Amino acid sequence: MMEKMIFGRFIPGDSIIHRMDPRAKILFVFVFIAIVFIANSAVTYGILLGFTLLVVFLSKIRLYFLINGLKPVFILLIFTFLLHIFFTREGDLLVDIGFIEIYEEGLRQGIFISIRFLVLVFITSILTLTTSPISITDGIEVLLGPFKRVKLPVHELALMMSISLRFIPTLMDETGKILKAQMARGSDIGSGPVKERIKAVVPLLIPLFVSAFKRAEDLATAMEVRGYRGGEGRTRYRQLDWRFKDSLSLLVLAGLAGMLWYFRV
Amino acid sequence: MDILLKEVGYSYAKDTPFEKRALTNVSLHIPSGSYTAIIGHTGSGKSTVLQHLNALLKPTEGSVVIGERKIEAGVKAKNLRDVRRQVGIVFQFPEQQLFDETVLKDIMFGPMNYGVPEEEASRRAHELVEQLGLPSEVLAKSPFDLSGGQMRRVAIAGVLAMEPDVLVLDEPTAGLDPRGRREIMDLFHQLHIQKGLTTVLVTHSMEDAARYADTVAIMHDGRCVVTGDPAEIFSNEEQLRDYRLEPPRTIRLQRKFEEKAGITLDAISLTEEALAKNIALALSEGRDSE
Repeated sequence: MMEKMIFGRFIPGDSIIHRMDPRAKILFVFVFIAIVFIANSAVTYGILLGFTLLVVFLSKIRLYFLINGLKPVFILLIFTFLLHIFFTREGDLLVDIGFIEIYEEGLRQGIFISIRFLVLVFITSILTLTTSPISITDGIEVLLGPFKRVKLPVHELALMMSISLRFIPTLMDETGKILKAQMARGSDIGSGPVKERIKAVVPLLIPLFVSAFKRAEDLATAMEVRGYRGGEGRTRYRQLDWRFKDSLSLLVLAGLAGMLWYFRV
Repeated sequence: MDILLKEVGYSYAKDTPFEKRALTNVSLHIPSGSYTAIIGHTGSGKSTVLQHLNALLKPTEGSVVIGERKIEAGVKAKNLRDVRRQVGIVFQFPEQQLFDETVLKDIMFGPMNYGVPEEEASRRAHELVEQLGLPSEVLAKSPFDLSGGQMRRVAIAGVLAMEPDVLVLDEPTAGLDPRGRREIMDLFHQLHIQKGLTTVLVTHSMEDAARYADTVAIMHDGRCVVTGDPAEIFSNEEQLRDYRLEPPRTIRLQRKFEEKAGITLDAISLTEEALAKNIALALSEGRDSE
């Protein structure tokens, strides 16, 4: 069940996207998110969709895998699509079956919003799928660097992030293990009435919390033993390397923005 | 209860880039009433096999027959509760599954899930706590206040309280002190005989496998490569080394003794007691012939 989820997962690879500097990728995603809102017509949304598919292609991640892994998102997508279809009452009336009335503008809005949603989810997923959590954290730490002046604990935030990311797979594994052990004892989360299911969560959550706290304590001790004392004066083992292709990727994005602006209605 | 694995294959995370094959064409018959040890090097697929024994994992190829139930690859299996009640699993580090307020409630959790009345479940808990050598005061305590060894025993009691027909043990004594190990393994063996259980022991310990099992299966690279009688399997040192295993200590000592003394003992020694007896026998024979 959880094996197919791809949120926050990293797939090692050697595509051009994988090799980009994490800072470039993070900037790219943020700028892209802003650019998406320029689009407002069939042509511009088409360009956005094409561009996104191109990025997916360059990342060498199979589209099928991406779509399969994002299934839960599609439920949300369909829901917003339906909301737009049923609640926008502008333009020509297209369908009218009793209480269901679908207007042209509703259909248009529905499709546009869905595309917008889709490209955002795809691009952000590509970021996490092609960048190891450690690189993302490094990138964020550097990008947030200027905020140190206003006393933002940048290093600590980055450390917190990398620790949480590091422990997601561990906790997932542990959840699976405990789930199986309790299933073997006859507790069943997957079936039965809602009340029973909620009750079945307790035997899963308590052991999980107990071990998470224990792990946290062990980790703190291990860090202290190895002389960790915060970010002050700490050097880096992994150096980030900004290259021409990273600048180029941002230029391409500027080009995309220009194009969208040009074709905007 | 018989368990039959037929050409079972299993891949984790099937159809994703993370797909990982764990089992290939595993066929294994666990006859009713037998004590089967599954041994193998780390990563050989022992634990994956174990989870097929009560349908926690369903094969991606082949089929598993558990008693009357057949679980086939590609066929949706529903209502596995019955199977899971009949096959109890003690997982590695089972103390991780403790959760309830008191030890008593935790032990009663399993049986009550399967519809055993409260009084009966409580009776079983009291009995098991005694059997496992814990003081009866622990019943009222929180499981998190116990020592590691005690937690382990409570967790084992929680599985035994379901009174399964088949008991599957995954390294049940890992991390315990030598005396605790022996006590718990002896208890499992005693239950095996008393209640006519079918026992499956997954272990790294060749000594335990040699001492308790009547059938041994070797796993290697996701395949079940050898099954047979422990005396036969453990006397074939070359084969064991091929699968990166060592013979049990008793046999290693026996071989050294034979080499030094220049004689061959009549039988292979699977336990310390047997080894002592065999050596004593050989020595007295030696004296007679002089």
